[in-house]
Amino acid sequence: MHSKKNSPVRNFFRAVGAIIWKDLSTEFRSRELLSAVLIFALLVILIFNFALELDVKTRTSVTSGVLWVTFAFAGTIGLNRSMAVEKDRGCLEGLLLAPVDRSAIYFGKAISNLAFMLIIEAIILPVYSLLYNTNLFNLGLIGVILLGSVGYVAVGTLLASMAVQTRTRDVLLPILLFPVVIPIMIAAVKASNGFLQGIAITELMPYINLLLVYDVIFIAVAFMVFDYVVEE
Amino acid sequence: MQPQPLALKVLNIASAVLLAIATGMVFFYAQLAESGPAQRIFYFHVANAWVGMLGFLAAAVASVAYLRTHDIKWDVVELAAIEISLVFFFIAIMLGSIWAKAEWNTWWRWEDNRLVTAAIMEMIYFAYMLLRQGIEDSDRRARFSAVYALVGSLSVPITFMSIRWANALFHPLVISTVSDAIKTPFLATSEMKLTFFFCLFTFSVIFINLIWHRIRLGNLEQKVEQLKLKVMQ
Repeated sequence: MHSKKNSPVRNFFRAVGAIIWKDLSTEFRSRELLSAVLIFALLVILIFNFALELDVKTRTSVTSGVLWVTFAFAGTIGLNRSMAVEKDRGCLEGLLLAPVDRSAIYFGKAISNLAFMLIIEAIILPVYSLLYNTNLFNLGLIGVILLGSVGYVAVGTLLASMAVQTRTRDVLLPILLFPVVIPIMIAAVKASNGFLQGIAITELMPYINLLLVYDVIFIAVAFMVFDYVVEE
Repeated sequence: MQPQPLALKVLNIASAVLLAIATGMVFFYAQLAESGPAQRIFYFHVANAWVGMLGFLAAAVASVAYLRTHDIKWDVVELAAIEISLVFFFIAIMLGSIWAKAEWNTWWRWEDNRLVTAAIMEMIYFAYMLLRQGIEDSDRRARFSAVYALVGSLSVPITFMSIRWANALFHPLVISTVSDAIKTPFLATSEMKLTFFFCLFTFSVIFINLIWHRIRLGNLEQKVEQLKLKVMQ
């Protein structure tokens, strides 16, 4: 009798959940990834402060750009570390031996990477608000950050899995990733800026649609080709 | 290496002859445009860009073929297509920049959708070459390259759309297809139209010639790798 408890779908979600739980619990025990990425992100904001000489007027127009550059760079570091840990500790081989669909590994890693990225962003937003006396608690902005991060992490997890298996590891991920996520950068910065300036949501719909389309296409493509990236 | 087949030798000569004729046509047959002599860049610029884009498309097809069949010959074709297209497209970008300086007095325009998309495309395919450099195992290299070629190729139309939307509020859309190009004042007379199509044809022939040579070289590289593995055993 085919018991419902062991159906392939349940196993799939169980596997995804297990991978997420593994990543999150290892991280919360050592907190090495989060603290490193967080400090890096704060330093980037600091550098921007001196690089751009932000007076109050310019600041409002460049806020979304500065935020997204920070997220992009911090995201790269987070992705690199997340996949490097899998490779170095041999976790990847263990995961591949498990009798689950390879795409479960992809979704598990992608969701835990997304969780890390969102945690970082959730810390950066209030810090930026404080440092520059601007109110960033805008629902639209948070929605855009969510959509953008999903797309970034979808492609980033795939490319990081490849980059970590090459000789030029850490350097290669930004080179591979940034040209491909440019649509996210464009749409996210424009939409974030729009929400911060109080522009009507109907005018920002093209950018939000672009983010949605990008997310859907690249999540689909990434999980379809992930097999080829991890097979031995 | 096997000697060049007769067709390839003929193609070598044909490419050289066609290029000479095309150059002659551009300078002596096509009339001077109203905007001045710099317009002559247009013929080679568009031909190179067009052929470069088709080359990248061919690479995307080859990458899918490799992922489905795992036949290494598709990897050879994909690498050859991207490497040659990289050069053609770079030439197109440089010619475009020179023409922009002559026409609009600026080497680069961030507002130009096609220009910025072209630059991003070049960077994606350059990153492809860097990816290949970092992997020693040929099977893994072929797999990863195919995946990245696929992901990169898919991102290009989306990038183009996003830049177009981002700029649409400020700048009108410029020509975006070959049919638009023919209707523009760049090709006012029939001689100019003929020159344009002849240049397109010439660079297609040169492209096929170069990619054939590159595929032969790629096959030779494969043979050397196999021999290396045999010697090490």
